[in-house]
Amino acid sequence: MSASDVGGMPQITYNFAYLDEQTKRMIRRAILKAIAVPGYQVPFAAREMPMPYGWGTGGVQVTAAVLGRDDVLKVIDQGADDTTNAVAIRGFFEKTARVATTTSTTEATVIQTRHRIPETKLREDQILVYQVPIPEPLRFLEPRETETRQLHALAEYGLMHVKLYEDIARHGHIATTYAYPVEVAGRYVMDPSPIPKFDNPKMDDSPALQLFGAGREKRIYAIPPHTKVRSLDFEDHPFKVQRFAKPCALCGATGAYLDEVILDDKGGRMFVCSDTDFCNTRQEEGHRGEMGA
Amino acid sequence: MTATEQPLLVAEGLSKNYGARIGCRDVSLEVYPGEVLAVVGESGSGKSTLLSLLSTELAPTSGRVSYRLRDGALTDLASLGAAERRLLMRTDWGFVRQNPAEGLRMAVSAGGNVGERLMAVGWRHYGNIREEALDWLGRVEIAGDRIDDDPRAFSGGMRQRLQIARNLVTRPRLVFMDEPTGGLDVSVQARLLDLIRGLVTDLGLAVIIVTHDLAVARLLSHRMVVMRQGRVIETGITDQVLDDPREPYTQLLVSSVLAV
Repeated sequence: MSASDVGGMPQITYNFAYLDEQTKRMIRRAILKAIAVPGYQVPFAAREMPMPYGWGTGGVQVTAAVLGRDDVLKVIDQGADDTTNAVAIRGFFEKTARVATTTSTTEATVIQTRHRIPETKLREDQILVYQVPIPEPLRFLEPRETETRQLHALAEYGLMHVKLYEDIARHGHIATTYAYPVEVAGRYVMDPSPIPKFDNPKMDDSPALQLFGAGREKRIYAIPPHTKVRSLDFEDHPFKVQRFAKPCALCGATGAYLDEVILDDKGGRMFVCSDTDFCNTRQEEGHRGEMGA
Repeated sequence: MTATEQPLLVAEGLSKNYGARIGCRDVSLEVYPGEVLAVVGESGSGKSTLLSLLSTELAPTSGRVSYRLRDGALTDLASLGAAERRLLMRTDWGFVRQNPAEGLRMAVSAGGNVGERLMAVGWRHYGNIREEALDWLGRVEIAGDRIDDDPRAFSGGMRQRLQIARNLVTRPRLVFMDEPTGGLDVSVQARLLDLIRGLVTDLGLAVIIVTHDLAVARLLSHRMVVMRQGRVIETGITDQVLDDPREPYTQLLVSSVLAV
């Protein structure tokens, strides 16, 4: 009888941040390559994680590979710190890495995100890790992986504009509102993961390192700090972000991305910041919207 | 010698083996600017293999294909890099396939299909792309109000005409056609051939057309090549070959055509 199973049940011990050291080295090598070739999708040997595909297995592996003992981790899902996905992943790293966690954007050193970039401007000592479902921006136009790789290699991106053309032809304007394709450092066209196009300008020249992990598709890509990121468009239909008619109903913020919340079955609704930390911080500072308590 | 008398495309000793089976053996031919060359023969005679070799979709087992680039130099296509070859294929060449589903993006509107090549060569103005697409739809007799419909809503003949517009929009100098009228009914075939003939003359296109239909060769081509079992057995001016075939096999082909 060993010491670990005194008391009946064997105690489970994890290596720091769940993954074994060799796996983390492999992922770090992929990350370094991704940083060296901005926007290029680096294949990596993604592991099975104790969560289903689509719940951030890629992001979790990238986070596990970059996390140090002194890091402070924040996890957001659609901008919120308190949704299932965010709570589960935060709990996962609390348990397996025993790192400090936070909901504050300014306190965090590593932020794992699903579908948003925080409203608060990021700093050079921060890393933003995106969860990516489908890393290939050309996928829905060209189903063959061999062909999309060729297109990337030869920088043949006419096809990407065909998608935008179709948008204008069908809707009168570029109707793509999320996963809006960007050109990174004047070379690779990249899918920024399903963030709203509202967040696209935040990727440009960001001081923080941005890493993207796709677990099912086994790809990692990156935007190094202070890299040019341009959203694709047409000369006569330039890139535009969403605008909101009203400020946030809770904190009165105007330049933030808002979620619509249905209040009753009589058409009542409110628009509130999708970034919960941003909204709470503003309310603590005394800002109030029209429905703020 | 003027530039127009120099060949645009030269194939020398092209052979392709599929394992022990022969796709095409020792084929040499030349295509001149503005000339329509028909490649005829029965099924399995190596016509399509030859077309794939000429358009560099297949690598030959031996032999080579050279093309006169816009700078006037006759260049061995195997010496071009993949990027240059692909640029050539989407600007200076066209490829009209028998099955329009292979040559078109079926889920993309007609305008997007025609505009794709323009966007691939750097057009970034929506209004201009659309105007050019409309112009080309008009030239291939597709009504302008169909520009936003996707090809799934088009008839077989319309799909084929759309494929032609999509290929010609970058003003290529050489177009490969693989049985462009195959599978269309006779009246539609006649209109399509008429259209192709008009465009070829207007634009001064060189065309290499593969067909098993001698009537198509008669209507469109200036010269023809007869293939059998992977070899070229007879070449010459179209009317001459069809009216006075030399080889027994060609005589058989010509005499097999049903006269109504």
